[in-house]
Amino acid sequence: MNTQRKAVALISGGLDSMLAAKTVMDQGIHVEGINFFTGFCVEGHTHAIREKDRAKPKRNNSLWVAEQLGIKLHIIDVIEEYKNVLINPKHGYGAHLNPCLDCKIFMVNKAKQWIAENGFDFIITGEVIGQRPMSQRKDTMPVVARESGADDLLLRPLCARNLTPTLPEREGWIDREKLHDFSGRSRKPQMEMAERYGFHEYSQPAGGCCFLTDKNYSAKLADLWQAHGHKDYELDDVMLLKVGRHIRPAPHFKLIVAREEGEGRFLQGYRKEFVSMAATSHNGPLVLIDGSPSAEDLYLAAGITARYGQGREAEQVDVKITDKDGLERTLRVKPLAKELPQEWYI
Amino acid sequence: MNREILNARRLLCPLPVIRTQNKIKEMRPGAHLEVICTDPGVMQDIPAWCRIHGHTVLETHSGNHEYVILIEVGGQNG
Ligand code: SF4
Repeated sequence: MNTQRKAVALISGGLDSMLAAKTVMDQGIHVEGINFFTGFCVEGHTHAIREKDRAKPKRNNSLWVAEQLGIKLHIIDVIEEYKNVLINPKHGYGAHLNPCLDCKIFMVNKAKQWIAENGFDFIITGEVIGQRPMSQRKDTMPVVARESGADDLLLRPLCARNLTPTLPEREGWIDREKLHDFSGRSRKPQMEMAERYGFHEYSQPAGGCCFLTDKNYSAKLADLWQAHGHKDYELDDVMLLKVGRHIRPAPHFKLIVAREEGEGRFLQGYRKEFVSMAATSHNGPLVLIDGSPSAEDLYLAAGITARYGQGREAEQVDVKITDKDGLERTLRVKPLAKELPQEWYI
Repeated sequence: MNREILNARRLLCPLPVIRTQNKIKEMRPGAHLEVICTDPGVMQDIPAWCRIHGHTVLETHSGNHEYVILIEVGGQNG
């Protein structure tokens, strides 16, 4: 009897990895999905914070893909290990702080460990030659296979016929002729394939699968590293970069100003880790202070806090400052003038 | 009935799903897990994860900015 071969597919939630998995499933291979949570994934979290988005929670696309395909999906927390990938990428960054090539190598390497532990035979990704400028080029795709250690256990079903045959093809577990030869940036072949399979509501994230390809997000992360004096972060830092207005009046401190109720509630959860402020004489947002502000800086921050509340036109506003231990005091300040210097906004 | 509680408050998706997945791995078929969260996204994501893996959502409710999901571990746990 033939052995039932098993493959794990890297599922990002996008169309390509979905089609790659489907292509291999069609050849009678048992496929399960794997998804790595780096802390920067577009899937999840931001929608949970803002009030307007809470009403219509966004689905998690990798779970949706797995359900459409009828496969299991294993979501793996790689937050800690990923720090080294992002902080010291051997192959550098893409257009922003996205270390795509190192990221792919890291994920394929993790998948290789996973197949060894779980008795699977090979790995599938949805990569297509020439599709992305950094990690999916003709010269970088062999780098992913080699440096991840996956070598010829890594099958890219959407462009396999343009690449050297892998072990699953050579062993006859997979019929190479039924794999694809897509290349370049065109999405047409994938869309036609999706149509054939009847996949309709798939997601097509424009920039890529994570926030690191986003210009504004990367700028905030770069600012954080500069303020800390070194490249490092905790998951909370990563989350807080997505919440509120970030205002840096001086290199050694910044304010995170809640923009609405949902964000305010989210920031409340950080009051033991940050000095916080809020107006008491008028309604206004919760503000966290990150860094090491002097007494004078706190006075300035209180003026900014007052400016974002209903007392912005008032002569004086009372702002309560709460330190990390819960000690409170109140400053009476004049709200800062209407427009803050543009360079303060991160 | 053997019921365990998982506190996933303040975690944002997909972390509550990951914690649920890892907890259920240690549980026996038929056991119950109550997951308490503050991210409303779990109301979609945890049931979707359960459907894929053959576990049953017995009950969901929410109130006071908390979302609670009661899961029965499926027979093919693993
Ligand atoms: S977009 Fe983000 S998750 Fe995707 S490969 Fe690049 S760094 Fe990795």
